[in-house]
Amino acid sequence: MKYKGWFLRAAAFLPLALMTFLLSGCADVVVLNPKGEIAKHQLDLIYITTGLCLIIIVPVLILTFWIAWKYRVKSKKKEAYQPEWDHSTKLEAVWWGVPILIILLIAIVTVQYSYKLEPSKALASDNKPITIQVVALDWKWLFLYPEQGIATVNYVQFPEKVPVQFQLTADAPMNSFWIPQLGGQIYTMSGMAMKLHLIADEPGDYFGTGANFSGEYFGKMTFNAKATSQADFDKWVQDVKQSYPAMSQEGYNELAQPATSLVRSFSAFPNGMFDNIVNKYVVAGEGHHHGGEAASSQNDAAAKDDQDTSKTDMSGIDMSDAGHSDAAHQH
Amino acid sequence: MKITKLSDFFVTGDPLIYGADVAIGLTMVAIVVALTAFKRWGWLWREWLTTVDHKRIGIMYVIASLLMLFRGGVDALLMRTQLALPDSMEFLKPDHYNDIFTTHGVIMILFMAMPLMFGLFNLTVPLQIGARDVAFPLLNSLSFWLFFMGAMLFNVSFVIGGSPEAGWLAYPPLSEKMFSPGVGQDFYIWGIQISGIGSLMTGINFIVTILKMRAPGMKLMKMPMFTWSVLSSCLTIILAFPILTVTLALLFIDRYFGAHFFTLDMGGNPMMYINLIWMWGHPEVYIVVLPAFGIFSEIVATFSKKRLFGYGSMVFALMSISIFSFFTWAHHFFTMGSGANVNAFFAVTTMIIAIPTGVKIFNWLFTMYKGKITFELPMLWTMAFIPCFIVGGMTGVMLSVAPADFQFHNSYFLIAHFHQVLIGGVVFGYFAGLYYWWPKVFGFKLNDKLGKWAFWLWNIGFYVCFMPQYVLGLMGMTRRVSSYSWDTGWWSWNFVSTIGGFLMGIGFLFQVWQILHSIKFMERVKGDPWGGRTLEWSIPSPAPFYNFAITPKVEGRDDWWRRKELAAKGVQDPPPKYEPIHMPKNSGTPIVMSLFWFILGFGFVFDWLWLIVPGAIGIAATMLYHSFNYDTDYYVTVDEIKKTEAKAGRVV
Repeated sequence: MKYKGWFLRAAAFLPLALMTFLLSGCADVVVLNPKGEIAKHQLDLIYITTGLCLIIIVPVLILTFWIAWKYRVKSKKKEAYQPEWDHSTKLEAVWWGVPILIILLIAIVTVQYSYKLEPSKALASDNKPITIQVVALDWKWLFLYPEQGIATVNYVQFPEKVPVQFQLTADAPMNSFWIPQLGGQIYTMSGMAMKLHLIADEPGDYFGTGANFSGEYFGKMTFNAKATSQADFDKWVQDVKQSYPAMSQEGYNELAQPATSLVRSFSAFPNGMFDNIVNKYVVAGEGHHHGGEAASSQNDAAAKDDQDTSKTDMSGIDMSDAGHSDAAHQH
Repeated sequence: MKITKLSDFFVTGDPLIYGADVAIGLTMVAIVVALTAFKRWGWLWREWLTTVDHKRIGIMYVIASLLMLFRGGVDALLMRTQLALPDSMEFLKPDHYNDIFTTHGVIMILFMAMPLMFGLFNLTVPLQIGARDVAFPLLNSLSFWLFFMGAMLFNVSFVIGGSPEAGWLAYPPLSEKMFSPGVGQDFYIWGIQISGIGSLMTGINFIVTILKMRAPGMKLMKMPMFTWSVLSSCLTIILAFPILTVTLALLFIDRYFGAHFFTLDMGGNPMMYINLIWMWGHPEVYIVVLPAFGIFSEIVATFSKKRLFGYGSMVFALMSISIFSFFTWAHHFFTMGSGANVNAFFAVTTMIIAIPTGVKIFNWLFTMYKGKITFELPMLWTMAFIPCFIVGGMTGVMLSVAPADFQFHNSYFLIAHFHQVLIGGVVFGYFAGLYYWWPKVFGFKLNDKLGKWAFWLWNIGFYVCFMPQYVLGLMGMTRRVSSYSWDTGWWSWNFVSTIGGFLMGIGFLFQVWQILHSIKFMERVKGDPWGGRTLEWSIPSPAPFYNFAITPKVEGRDDWWRRKELAAKGVQDPPPKYEPIHMPKNSGTPIVMSLFWFILGFGFVFDWLWLIVPGAIGIAATMLYHSFNYDTDYYVTVDEIKKTEAKAGRVV
């Protein structure tokens, strides 16, 4: 019975070992297969912290089985039994000290990367960044291209090697916008404009999803994020401009109703739409200041080009603006 | 709510629900018939429903929590079945799936882990510190009945009115009237609110018990480690639960009176709720895991036949965890754009908790070092805990690294992590504790062979179920999705995970079989079947209703072990000199008052004034009635003590 027990215990760890094998070189494991600068740094960080943790975990695992085996009553070898031995300053200093050191190392790396990978920070690049505005709706994603004037639903396309500044909000319960192969997610919340900077290093179709539960058909909020060459992107924009209808405010209101949606494209959308959505829930005199340094940082190249973004920073919302108050009363 | 047709009140339209309706109806009829046929109504009322004996209250907590484990477990298996059959197959529709994961989470944390923990508190703490009862026995009974009525109110939503479906922490605006117009969220608010009041009172009760009712000579630094862990857990309870009460009250005011604390419009701030709920929610997970650490400490020392290594370190570690638990809440929303400063701060305060936790593992290992280890069931579960918890701890540290958490957040990686620490830590820990104290409570041991089957099924099932979920997280699968398309490549991992879930389910069935089998073919034990070290083992098993015939005088840590060693050296205890024992009388107040709480809660859920008013009046009236009841205690005579002790085979 005893022997069988140990065999079963080893068997329990088999899936763990198997997993490590299966993981290596598996393209579906998107987080371990990054295609953008941010995601690559995040993966480095994952490896660093895993490695540092393993320094302590592997010896403890070995020690656990060794001690349990060696000092079991049925052990053939008679070991010294010391029922009263319950303290050793030296030993305790070791096992307070080593974890403190390792956590200290992880903490230092974490703090450094927290600033380095802050999602609202613009990415350094030779190419001019592109701005894409993202609205989480009940159970679909709306993408607005303020510079190109087009809009899409459940599909987003951008050029490779060009920093993308996503500006995100929600016109529904909060969600989280996540393209794992390009980098981490950020919450989309109504009344706030968040920022997430990502870049794709190579062309490809990347899996995108909503990561925060937002109601009945939240599971259908997946989308394809396609990175192409600049030329292909321009061609696509032209194509959308020529072959698809424009989105009206009424069209948006209909789209915002709770329902799932297929991929859709629009050749145009009403001016200032993103700001209207953000401001819709804001009461006069009250600004939800969010986004940390994000909201106040003005070094985004895109901010100057885009007439819409000046008000997406949530500080100082002026509700006397006629256009905004109209939008606020639509619901 | 206006009820115009039957389907407004009863949940309809799903064969699973109709099945549950029939099962619930039949069970209720069976219980009533059995109680009547065996003329057990009076016995049930006198011996159990009105009891103020901490041991019986403990047993009722354990029974209720195991029932809830069954319900939460069935929920889990329904979800896993759905995820093993994705895409076009719809075993569960999305809204039904949302019901089920919401209730699974709430039930497992609040109506399974919490009451099982309170059960172990009640069964053990007064005995460990040499007390006759808890500080406030009647309040203890009220705590239990409030938990019970809260749990029932929450569970009723399954067949009446509809379940909540906004996730186990009910984030607004999803949980607001605008997006959850049904009564499910109101069941959630009132079910948790009523049982939460009970939890808070238990916290206060056990702090006072531990601080004021220890046997003479038991200095704080001579307390058994489990008692220390209960103290740290209760301190965390009394700081955290008021936050929960207020948070839910504000959500209730939003929903009921149309206020705008957390709504989308009119200046409401949903983020405030998320901050508040996690200020309770994160300490909550430490509340349930701290007592497990105490249980492991007792078990490792007992089954290694050694003193616990590093007692001082352990106490310090427990206390520092309960303090640090209040500085971690923001790690639940690193991706909310709080900025690098905030994220870095909460990342570091979160990972610091790994240090005292790691230290405890070393202390347990060195308690075993140079010991004589026997692998009885409690020790087996403890041994299974160590590797499981350190791997879960490692993934916890990985999650706490804020910039990396941007890739883990809300994914199955997180799901795998917290199930690993909650099952590996809390469930394994409480199982270990149940197996350990079972003979103490009931006077017989549980069958070993069936217990080992359960043990291996649970353990293998655990790894088969949750290791694939780490992979799924890295593959981009997010929590709470009820379906996915084939091209994601998630199916095979989900399928394996589901197999593991069912293995754990079979493990649970083996435990049920083990208990039933052991009741039938029980192997009676005397006071001290494991060679225990602490006071609870110094009295007969099961303990007489007054616990200690004579209050013990404590001189050291592991006082019972010390006395056994003295006895082996031939030092005799002086013959006992009995004195009458002051005991509390049973009372119907707690159960009656809790019933009125149930009525009040049900009334608020449906907005029925004709139920709210009698509910509120009933609560006030029972409270008033009880405050004029002076007939609350009595003395056990010396004769009766002698008779009881002699019956337990003791020298009188």
